[in-house]
Amino acid sequence: MAVQDTAGEAPGKASFIYDPKVRSIAAQIALAALLVYVGYSIVQNTAANLERQNIASGFGFLSTTAGFGINQSLIEYTEESNYGVTFIVGLLNTVLIAIVGIFLATIVGFIVGIARLSHNWVIAKLATVYVEVLRNIPLLLQIFFWYFAVLRALPNPRNSASIFDLVFLNNRGLIMPRPVFEEGSSLIFWAFLAALVVSFGIARWAKQRQAATGQQFPVFLWSLGLIVGLPLIAYFVSGLPVSFDNPELKGFNYQGGMSVIPEFVALLLALSLYTAAFIAEIVRAGILAVSHGQSEAAHALGLRHGPTLRLVIIPQAMRVIIPPLTSQYLNLTKNSSLAVAIAYPDLVSVFAGTTLNQTGQAVEILAMTMAVYLTISLLTSFFMNWFNAKMALVER
Amino acid sequence: MNVRTIGAVLAGATLGLVATGVSAATLDDIKAKGFIQCGVSQGLPGFSTADDAGEWTGLDVDYCRAVAAAVFNDPKAVKFTPLSAKERFTALQSGEIDLLSRNTTWTMTRDTSLGLNFTGVTYYDGQGFMVRKDLGVASALELSGASVCTNTGTTTELNVADYFRANNMDYEIVAFEKADEVVQAYDAGRCDVYTTDASGLYAQRLKLTNPDDHMVLPEIISKEPLGPVVRQGDDQWFNINKWVLNALINAEELGVTSANAEEMKGSDNPAIKRLLGTEGAYGEAIGLGNDFAVQAIAATGNYGEIFDRNVGPDTPLGISRGLNALWSNGGIMYAPPVR
Repeated sequence: MAVQDTAGEAPGKASFIYDPKVRSIAAQIALAALLVYVGYSIVQNTAANLERQNIASGFGFLSTTAGFGINQSLIEYTEESNYGVTFIVGLLNTVLIAIVGIFLATIVGFIVGIARLSHNWVIAKLATVYVEVLRNIPLLLQIFFWYFAVLRALPNPRNSASIFDLVFLNNRGLIMPRPVFEEGSSLIFWAFLAALVVSFGIARWAKQRQAATGQQFPVFLWSLGLIVGLPLIAYFVSGLPVSFDNPELKGFNYQGGMSVIPEFVALLLALSLYTAAFIAEIVRAGILAVSHGQSEAAHALGLRHGPTLRLVIIPQAMRVIIPPLTSQYLNLTKNSSLAVAIAYPDLVSVFAGTTLNQTGQAVEILAMTMAVYLTISLLTSFFMNWFNAKMALVER
Repeated sequence: MNVRTIGAVLAGATLGLVATGVSAATLDDIKAKGFIQCGVSQGLPGFSTADDAGEWTGLDVDYCRAVAAAVFNDPKAVKFTPLSAKERFTALQSGEIDLLSRNTTWTMTRDTSLGLNFTGVTYYDGQGFMVRKDLGVASALELSGASVCTNTGTTTELNVADYFRANNMDYEIVAFEKADEVVQAYDAGRCDVYTTDASGLYAQRLKLTNPDDHMVLPEIISKEPLGPVVRQGDDQWFNINKWVLNALINAEELGVTSANAEEMKGSDNPAIKRLLGTEGAYGEAIGLGNDFAVQAIAATGNYGEIFDRNVGPDTPLGISRGLNALWSNGGIMYAPPVR
């Protein structure tokens, strides 16, 4: 006791510079100041060097006319647009490939992951081969493979494969009729929105009813009927306001309609199949992490194999799956920058490529490009963290 | 690690950052390291290609060797950095290379706001189109609606946009980062047209599966003066590069070749004497020995020899001199006099 008492006394007489708390705060302030100084001198040094070498700087170039063409744009773009628009076009193309890629990779990944655990020997082995082959070949090679394999397999425009002479497939892409929305077609859009809201309401109501009474309701079929049916009814009621712009073979290729370029297809296949191999392993790990007793208990309650997987195993596995899944989504988004190798006009290709070369403003353009990838990744991360928190075990 | 060590490391790193930067006296740097770092293309037959032993050859490569010979009297004192079209200017601006000799078009933007200087023209080129013969196209004006393959980050991308717009034609541009992928995609039928500098079309045609199934259309849609590039802010290095090139062109005009360079020193022609350094101190004025031109010409030959060896009629490319003939032979290749 006596020893403890003396040890507990504060060393008040010693100088404050020997106080560990003061010292640690001082050290951290010093470190922070140094980092700020380093950052500041990097910026200063770069600016001074650019100035000395007579290299233009600043963001004024964004309002200069670009003067080059881009073969896929989600917004209005012509050669007369400025570099600012080029940036947006590239950004949207990157976001497009990322979203569609993540969607496809998730579906394929889940299917393959579950297939690897199948009791059917052939299915399980096929899934294993898929995973081992795709995740062990460099992505860039896979992109080239899909691109040149797809290109060589497709016919030239004059020998296009066609479906009812409406949809055409050739080595310039997949060409489809483009819907033209005329006056009055907004009703269809509103009907679609209403169907979505009502379906959502039905799902909630059905869940509550099942919790209260145990009775089930065919939510999926009803929602499907509403989402397809309501806009269709609106289409007829408002007097067929949507017409189609059909592609026609003129000169070198089909004109009119809308098309999916082969670069997009190749990149999408490569990115999503590659990422799906990793997702499959994550899904398998997640399912195996759920104790076997859970499925035995579910079977004992009389649940068949499907509902056991859907209602008991997957929800618990999700807690293990989501964090590494987020990393894969981020990887897919960042890997999409390999697009430049096969001429898909993504951000790196049109902005950090052509625009950089025309203007020579590497510092500004690369900073903007990096900021975009950082922002997209942080947003994905933020959403997945929210989703993770929602799926996490609720402790009572 | 205590605070002091971290501080010291960071401070050291900062000082290092401030000290790094591009030094103004490129010649001194080059002499100190003993070689010239020269940026070339990633593989364009006739201009810069590496063989299976890693030996670089080509018109652009020979220019680098001529400069090395002028500075070190050793055409092998060069290291080559293969660069894509979009990397090339950043590599030069950042000091990674001393000299860019990579079939680069001289334009106003590049000469001004990119902080670069073109030292002259090594090849007068123009942009052309290559198509499959079976398309039955005879003129570039029949290309409305075509898909066009090219490289990103080049003037060709802009020229093609200008040409199609000016002639009110539709087109789809498919732009790849590396020339090899452009060739492969064109070969696979992704595009109807392959466009780049006409010299490049002849060179890349050799890489196609059936070169004879393809033809280059007669239209030349742009001016593409290709030349070596250095950084702004070092007049001495700029002058050296400018005058090595001028010396090669003047040598052809005066009949000085790699074979007779040494004996021509004894010539009575004052223009040859000035060029070869037996009269006047023209080499000293650019910080080199007075015999810099002799060294360069002896190593690579004069401009005509370089042209014939790499891209001329007797090579697989088979390009005639055309615009690149000397001004006295109906071309526009013209160098200011050594005087």
